[in-house]
This record gives sequence, structure tokens and C-alpha cells, in this order.
Amino acid sequence: MIIAVASGKGGTGKTTVATSLALSLAAVGSTPPLFLDCDVEAPNAHLFLKPTFDQCKEVSIPIPAVDETRCSHCCKCAEICQYHAIAVLGQKTLVFPQLCHGCGSCTALCPEQAITEMPEIIGVVEQGFTPEGIHFGRGVMDVGEPMAVPVIRQLLSWIQAAPGQLVIRDVPPGASCPVVASVRNSDFLLLVTEPTPFGLHDLKLMVQIGRELKIPMGVVVNRDNGSGFSGLDDFCQAAHLPVLMRIPFERAIAEGIAQGSSLVEIHPDLTRRFQELVSQIASAIQWEVIY
Amino acid sequence: MKILLTTTSPDIESDVDPRFGRGAYFLIVDPDTLEWQAEPNPALNATGGAGIQAAQYVTGQKCEAVISGDFGANAYNALNTAGIAMYLFGSCRTAREAIDHYKTGQLQQAGSPSRGQRGG
Repeated sequence: MIIAVASGKGGTGKTTVATSLALSLAAVGSTPPLFLDCDVEAPNAHLFLKPTFDQCKEVSIPIPAVDETRCSHCCKCAEICQYHAIAVLGQKTLVFPQLCHGCGSCTALCPEQAITEMPEIIGVVEQGFTPEGIHFGRGVMDVGEPMAVPVIRQLLSWIQAAPGQLVIRDVPPGASCPVVASVRNSDFLLLVTEPTPFGLHDLKLMVQIGRELKIPMGVVVNRDNGSGFSGLDDFCQAAHLPVLMRIPFERAIAEGIAQGSSLVEIHPDLTRRFQELVSQIASAIQWEVIY
Repeated sequence: MKILLTTTSPDIESDVDPRFGRGAYFLIVDPDTLEWQAEPNPALNATGGAGIQAAQYVTGQKCEAVISGDFGANAYNALNTAGIAMYLFGSCRTAREAIDHYKTGQLQQAGSPSRGQRGG
């Protein structure tokens, strides 16, 4: 079972919830889960799970290089490129590497075979284990690179779960390509939100994604302070989204998180709650409920 | 000889559009005869590479120079490679003003791109 923990809005508590799920499951015994930090632009789960990395692999995408001596300026490459990453200007064929998605179309279509693909390194993927035996994997994109998706895809294909092992994906914030790449093919989308208009706005975007990808969803309300903002509960009710857990808005939690303690270290009594949450999710999937 | 200006509406009296890659309209004009034609920018709502597409449009229309307010890194690179001169509107407000200033050599040439590679 793959549980993707997302939110839309950054800073609502995805990593807090995802790491707590992992630690709570590791405490139950049998096989500790596989944890994948898919936020390759700003990974932070390692601050709470403290893995020791023993494997590292470079991630590269193939960027076209044009041999001008062979190029006939027929423009076929420029015509096929969906991203305008290759263009013929005057008597020169220019490549714009930061727009290239590495699809290989230009290379394959060039009638003069003037294009070769050169690997350009954009980041790394790493894996190891935490003291509790959680199998931990993450991607780290190089600063300044524009595309996170190839790194996320490499991470997800590089590390496979053992049979019967639960997978937790810590999804990046936002609602665009890196989020979709991290959420795709997961069995359940756990949406962490907060009772504010901003949190609700971004939750709605995530719900649209979940519906589009046809993944069952449930909500965890973090920083729940009984503020009287009813918009969130109204929305969840109308959308038939189950609110599976509420985490209170507490200074002690904020202080602990700021020091790198996970939520279940700050409140060990929540370990049980997170274990139950996983059981609830497993049941929901069995009934194939899509909200 | 033809030059291209970016404008906010399809008219020689129009205000200039300060953006090149995402300028609303492309106004192509012969500065000597003042014959002109205007078209909406086909790359206006492109998700990326608008500057490159705009540069390809310019070369396709066989213009020798471009006047705009702003050339991003990709557009700058592309136009430079194609050997097309880039001029800046400066304080000109309308296309007609800019064409006059161009003819009398009062316009400044763009010496470098205005911003980085993912202007958007």
C-alpha cells in the first residue's frame, strides 16, 4: 500500500504527519515502512528520521548537442519540440537546455543524424536506513535546476518496496508537476490541511488532483485551534471527504518540531492514533472509496 | 527592409508593449514607407519558450530589427544568434514615436538580456 502525504499549501504539516506515520508503523514490529521524501527541491524529512545514507546515485537528463557540420537547418527538430528547447535561428541551431525535457524526439527525428544526447546531471538520489529500521529514500535536486520531475521519477523507480511493505511518500508542496509525479500510482492520498482560508484554498486544488488521478482521499487537520473558521469543515462535508485526524495547535509541538523532534516523540500517545489511521486507510481502500 | 515592434493593440498609433516574448501584438512596419501590418502574438499564452517562439517569428517574417522594452535571456540569445538588432523603446509611448526615434537613430540598443532564463 502506498500512502502519499500531500497538502497543497506549504508548511501545513505534511512532513510532520508523514514522519509520524513512519515512526508509528516502525514501532508496531514486522516490516518497518519505506519512506520516500519526494520533495527533491527542499527535502527535510531527514531532519526528523535521521537516516544514514549508504547509497547515492546521480540523476541526469539527456540534453541534445548539435553537430553544426552535419546540420542542414531543415528545422525538423524545432518543429517537433513541444518545449521550444531547440530552435533554428538564421544559420545556427540553438539548444536551450533549461527548457529541454529530455524526450529524445529531436535526436530521433534529425534526418542528418546531427544530434547526440549528452547527459546533464541535475541532482542525486540517496537511500539508507534510520535507527528504527525505516528504509529511507530521497532525491536532492541541484540548486538552480528548473525541473524536479526527472529526479522524483528516478527516486520512485530506483527504490522498490519489499512485498507487503508499506510505502509513505512525503509529497512536495504545491499542486503542479512535481506533486503529480509524487502522487501518481499511490493507493491513498492523505491531505494535511489547516483551518485557514489559505489552507482551504490549496486543499481544494489537491482534491481536484486526487479526483483527476482517481485516488481515494482523506484529510488530516493540523494546527486545529477551534478558531471558528467553519469553511474547512463545510468543504470536507460537502465534498464527502473524511476528516481522519485532528492535531491541536500547540506551542509545545511547534517548539519540538523546530528542534527536529517528530510529533510522536513530542506526544508519544499519538503513536497509537497514527497506527489506527493506517488501519482506517487500509479499510477505505478495500472498499475502494473515492471522494 | 522591415522592423518589428511589440504593441498593446494592432495599430501603428498603439501604445508600445514593453515585453518582447509576451507582447500582445507584433507590428511589422517598413520604416521608410510606413506600410504596416499587425498580428496577435502566437506565443502569448505559451507555458514556456515564449521568447524563443517570438524570435523564430521575427526571423520567419524576415525582419532586420526588433524594438521592444524588454528582452529575456532566451529571446536575447536567439535574436543575437540570428543577427537581428534589438532596440529599446526608452521613453517612447506609441509605436509611431518609436519608429520616428528609430529612423533618427535615437533608440538605444539592448546590450544584454533583461533577466534570467526562466522569465516565464
